[in-house]
Amino acid sequence: MKDKKIIVAGVIIFIVIATFPFWYNRGKAAPAPVPLLTEKAKAAKVCVRSTEYMKAEHMQLLDLWRESVVRRGERIYVSPSGREYTMSLSNTCLDCHSNKTEFCDRCHNYASVQPYCWDCHNDNPKEKT
Amino acid sequence: MDSSRRRVLQLLGLSSLALTVKPVFNAFAKEEAQAENTAAIIERGPDALTAKQWAMVIDTRKFETEEELKPLVEACHKIHNVPHFEDKRHEIKWIWGTHYHNAFPGEGGKFLSEEVEQKPFLVLCNHCENPPCVRACPTQATFKRESDGIVMMDFHRCIGCRFCMAACPFGARSFNFRDPRPFIKPINQKFPTRTKGVVEKCNFCAERLAVGQLPACVEASEGKLAFGDLYDPASSVRELIGSNYTIRRKQTLGTEPSVYYIV
Repeated sequence: MKDKKIIVAGVIIFIVIATFPFWYNRGKAAPAPVPLLTEKAKAAKVCVRSTEYMKAEHMQLLDLWRESVVRRGERIYVSPSGREYTMSLSNTCLDCHSNKTEFCDRCHNYASVQPYCWDCHNDNPKEKT
Repeated sequence: MDSSRRRVLQLLGLSSLALTVKPVFNAFAKEEAQAENTAAIIERGPDALTAKQWAMVIDTRKFETEEELKPLVEACHKIHNVPHFEDKRHEIKWIWGTHYHNAFPGEGGKFLSEEVEQKPFLVLCNHCENPPCVRACPTQATFKRESDGIVMMDFHRCIGCRFCMAACPFGARSFNFRDPRPFIKPINQKFPTRTKGVVEKCNFCAERLAVGQLPACVEASEGKLAFGDLYDPASSVRELIGSNYTIRRKQTLGTEPSVYYIV
């Protein structure tokens, strides 16, 4: 064990380099984005489901909607609160949330996901007509 | 450690019992997750039109010139965001006019009347009862909808392989070789556009039927087109088929088209 010093120094250098990104960026985490609600969305108060559910499950909800509308021709969604909604991304979701850049994009960019919904679905039905 | 035979057997029994715990937990967790999902009800709209198999009857006697087809084609292409490409190779069409010998190859004899020879026939997806495109699709992006017999496309699933285009004997399908958006003017914001790399075709206005409206071309035709349930003896299409001589495109292929032509 006469190389003890070298080994210890090497291990320390390795640990420092390996953990460099962690301590270098400490305390500089990007703040979680706050999606901005439009006036219309604020006035409606509730989305088709609770905010928590929508935050966590909106992709599953949209997938379910797509499946029922396209494949089964069933287009009405009665939420647990008893309200009826037409299942349409363009005409229902994006009617309230007509601010794609401030609502959808903020979280999607933060989470680094690139959903391709808007390749086909028009992003705000009201604004551009 | 002294492990007797008895001790080993006890341990084995206990651990097998522990294994059964997880499935029970899972079952509980699943029930909770499902409760959230089943709480919502999904249903058909109150005004939705329903049928066993939608069908169309086109009265070709009432169409004389290409000009008369135009409003129908435009009505369809406008509401469905069908792009217009100058280049024929990129052309997208849901409904269009074509000559007799293209619409009904093998039907006409040698010396056809000038009128039949000249006049355009309105053609679109036939929404076959035995659709070859559906069998060709590897992703089930195109499918025969059980509820009303419409041959639908789920553009989300289409991978652009174009097997369906090869399979369709009617050329009813078009492929988006380019991004269609810049070529749609004006865009109907209520209906999605398509994207580059998917196949598209007529959907018998499924989105209009769902809210109780007849297809756009039927509405624009002012009575020259009829639309209804093929299996309802009292429907307008059955009445027309029953009282007129009708033909279908390439009937011998056995695809059972649902678009009938009064000639």
